[in-house]
Amino acid sequence: MENRNGSILSVKDLKTYFQTEDGVVKAVDGISFELKKGETLGIVGESGSGKSVTNLSIIRLIPTPPGKIVSGEVVFDGRDILKQTPEEVRKIRGRRIAMIFQDPMTSLNPFLKISRQIGEITELHLGHTRQQSHEHAIKMLTLVGIPDPESRVDNYPHEFSGGMRQRVMIAMALSCEPEVLIADEPTTALDVTIQAQILELIKKLREETGTSVILITHDLGVVAGMTDKIIVMYAGKVFEQAPTGELFATPANPYTKGLLKSVPDPAHEAGEPLYQIPGLPPDLAHLPPGCPFEPRCNYAQEICREQFPPFVQINENHHSLCHFAEQVYAESQAEGGVK
Amino acid sequence: MEQENVSPVKGTSLWKDAWRRLLKNKLSVFGMIVVILIVLAVIVGPAIIQATTGFTPDYIPSDKGSEFVKSFPPSLQHPMGTDDTGRDILARVLQGGRISLMVGVISTLVSLIIGVSYGAVSGYFGGRIDNFMMRVVDILYAIPYILIVIVLLSVFGGGNTPGFIKFFVNLFGGGAGLGQIFLLFFALGLVSWLTMARVVRGQVLSLKNQEFVLAAKATGVRTFGIIFRHIIPNVLGPVIVYATLTIPQVMLSEAFLSFLGLGVQAPYASWGSLAADGIKNIAIYPWQLIFPGVTMALTLFSLNFLGDGLRDALDPQQRKF
Repeated sequence: MENRNGSILSVKDLKTYFQTEDGVVKAVDGISFELKKGETLGIVGESGSGKSVTNLSIIRLIPTPPGKIVSGEVVFDGRDILKQTPEEVRKIRGRRIAMIFQDPMTSLNPFLKISRQIGEITELHLGHTRQQSHEHAIKMLTLVGIPDPESRVDNYPHEFSGGMRQRVMIAMALSCEPEVLIADEPTTALDVTIQAQILELIKKLREETGTSVILITHDLGVVAGMTDKIIVMYAGKVFEQAPTGELFATPANPYTKGLLKSVPDPAHEAGEPLYQIPGLPPDLAHLPPGCPFEPRCNYAQEICREQFPPFVQINENHHSLCHFAEQVYAESQAEGGVK
Repeated sequence: MEQENVSPVKGTSLWKDAWRRLLKNKLSVFGMIVVILIVLAVIVGPAIIQATTGFTPDYIPSDKGSEFVKSFPPSLQHPMGTDDTGRDILARVLQGGRISLMVGVISTLVSLIIGVSYGAVSGYFGGRIDNFMMRVVDILYAIPYILIVIVLLSVFGGGNTPGFIKFFVNLFGGGAGLGQIFLLFFALGLVSWLTMARVVRGQVLSLKNQEFVLAAKATGVRTFGIIFRHIIPNVLGPVIVYATLTIPQVMLSEAFLSFLGLGVQAPYASWGSLAADGIKNIAIYPWQLIFPGVTMALTLFSLNFLGDGLRDALDPQQRKF
């Protein structure tokens, strides 16, 4: 079977390590997930939890050295990307798997007109002529809602605002109608109203084109309305994986619970401090043998310090990496969901 | 989305922006005008002089002056006077200017091509390749450049001209002296790319980690395309600035070599060789030295002013004081 249950991208036990002076940093340590056609997957986690490295690994853009994909498989359309030649991977990038980056202010080449930046991609992958690529660029700008695209297409990036640049980035990413779109914190650098617009745009385009989307963010509010399922990452590992609704209603991992509790709530009493997870994310070069979240966890017991937690299956689609997953899940159910 | 009532913005490239800033700097505008005038004069000047007065740079009048004195001070007919054999110095200065400016421009181009490619490759690939390539530059730096040029000129000068230089010479109509001049272009170019390579490498090192390079990689652009379409245009600012400052440097080296009799040789002349001719008679016929010297000094000053202005215009953050 080439596409098991219509899955377009499946990552298996991916490990990406960085060799530093401090020792080996296990930025991504055994991640597995599957992305089905037309599905949206959210990857959530704190800074340094390995979200971006996971996605750069998928299209093999980890700077080597110091980074190295140690093991694992990234099966895209039936073939393992990690085993293909650089030239084959280059043809996939931008054509079949496209990326949107975090900071639209620095992701566009300041010396190239917008028409050239979009045109370069379609000329490269679709064999467009200059004329065709120019027309295509105008079409893409119209699609992402840039007013007056005929004249704007010949502008330089510095003549656009942040939100418009992110729209241009989206236009670039979608210009070859990729099968998978990876959006790496697409709204982090934007203010809240623009954030909503950009998310709405991604949502709309996803429905129109049927593209599968991986949405990376540290903002739970962003993923809530957008995704079909969510992966919660911590210290390079998947801590919890569940369909979106279930994750928000009945989290089975103390870390997810903590994250959900930290989201500001309009019903929150004024003057009362917001909940926060105590402590700091661990140093990935010196991880303890036990659970990496143990020092910050209010469920922590002796066993957490000594043994690495198991990946507990709560139900068919819901997994959690915790010694007390069942207990946390039961508590969440009893509470009737955090939200 | 709400339709706002704004007039469409027309694309302003960074170049236009820089041009506006350059025009605000009076000294560099002065430099630019002088450079343009001198370039024009050097290109069309000899033809005009020949058409109006009949003097060519090589014309030796047979009927002028006594047997002993053929060098006349400046007059209306000869604005810069004449030399030992009675040739018009203005015509010779303009003719020599062609060679001097060509040496400056072509040698800088040679150094530009080598330096930019070398620096960009070194900086982009980094690691061991970078380390090796930069040590080569360090070693070349340690050898006095004038020594290399002198060795190159004396080994490949005369009959031993390498094939590719002969090719260029034939392209321009042959001539023994021309071979020497082309050799000078390459010799000076070959020794002046080192700093350019370092400048470019430094810029590329910081540029290659920019997000837009990663974004270009993520859209499947080839390495060649990334270096030449995404990175090099972004280093052009410093490169242009450094190139405009290299031209006067190279011209000065050429003048120095020609002054010593190693560079441009008769029948061709350059400002350096004219000054060398003039210095022999400095006590009696000072105009023979003064005019070529002043013209060269003016040109070099103007090029330096222009280069400084370009640096401020293209790299506003690095402005000094």
